[in-house]
Amino acid sequence: MPLLSRTFIKAGLVYFVVGLTAGALYLGQPLFNLPATVGLLYPVYIHLLTVGWITQLIIGVVYWMFPKYSKDRPRGSEAFGWTVFGLLNVGLILRAFSEPLNVLEPDWHLGWLLALSAILQLLAGWVFIVNTWGRVKER
Amino acid sequence: MPRLTVWMVRTALLELGIGFTLGMWMLFNKGVLIDSYAFALLGAHIEIMLLGWTIQLALGVAFWILPRFPQPPRYGRERLGWLGYGLINGGLLLVVLDTWISLNWLPFAGRALELAGVISFAILIWPRVKAYGQTLA
Repeated sequence: MPLLSRTFIKAGLVYFVVGLTAGALYLGQPLFNLPATVGLLYPVYIHLLTVGWITQLIIGVVYWMFPKYSKDRPRGSEAFGWTVFGLLNVGLILRAFSEPLNVLEPDWHLGWLLALSAILQLLAGWVFIVNTWGRVKER
Repeated sequence: MPRLTVWMVRTALLELGIGFTLGMWMLFNKGVLIDSYAFALLGAHIEIMLLGWTIQLALGVAFWILPRFPQPPRYGRERLGWLGYGLINGGLLLVVLDTWISLNWLPFAGRALELAGVISFAILIWPRVKAYGQTLA
């Protein structure tokens, strides 16, 4: 398994644990009288699981197992692959912190961090699509 | 990769791009509000990311990598797969259009098409899911 795939999948596993922890806190809030602000974790919980875990697992496996792009570059551009990893993870971590904080502390004016997080993740998605497209082919 | 898989995976990739774009627009507006209508895109975003990207990718890859029949047609009744591909994406389009066109029957009709597509695909794939050593009929 190439290093890039291992990195995506292991990072995905970390998000899986963190995402389920956020989900457990969210669901446990009324049961254990946790602060109501825990409710702000809901969108973070969903995206840690769907983007951090499922999407990164898919990206890692696709990079590893899809048909070769060419003899010289069997997995397409590795630099693009690392770019996707960086953009997606910086964007997602930025979101995980700035989304609840933006509601809790509106005076801090953190909205631009959320907007930046959105742009980083969007770029990651489209770079992945461009880098994968040529590997989706008939024999 | 068989042709059906190529079509399904490339369609899934395009829907990933569209779904991410809608999600980006909502998240951007959560931080810096320039379009209050953006949040109406949530339903379309979820539908595209779940069915158009994740499920369609899984179905397309399953058609490719599950055990094949020893005799042609080795991938099974491929027409069922094409039917499923059309129904799933047609249904998804109707469900997503509900964001802009408010017709009561539209999301139900879309969901019914998606269901028919998934059933078609399940019938196609069912006999290819087998134990080691078990012969495919």
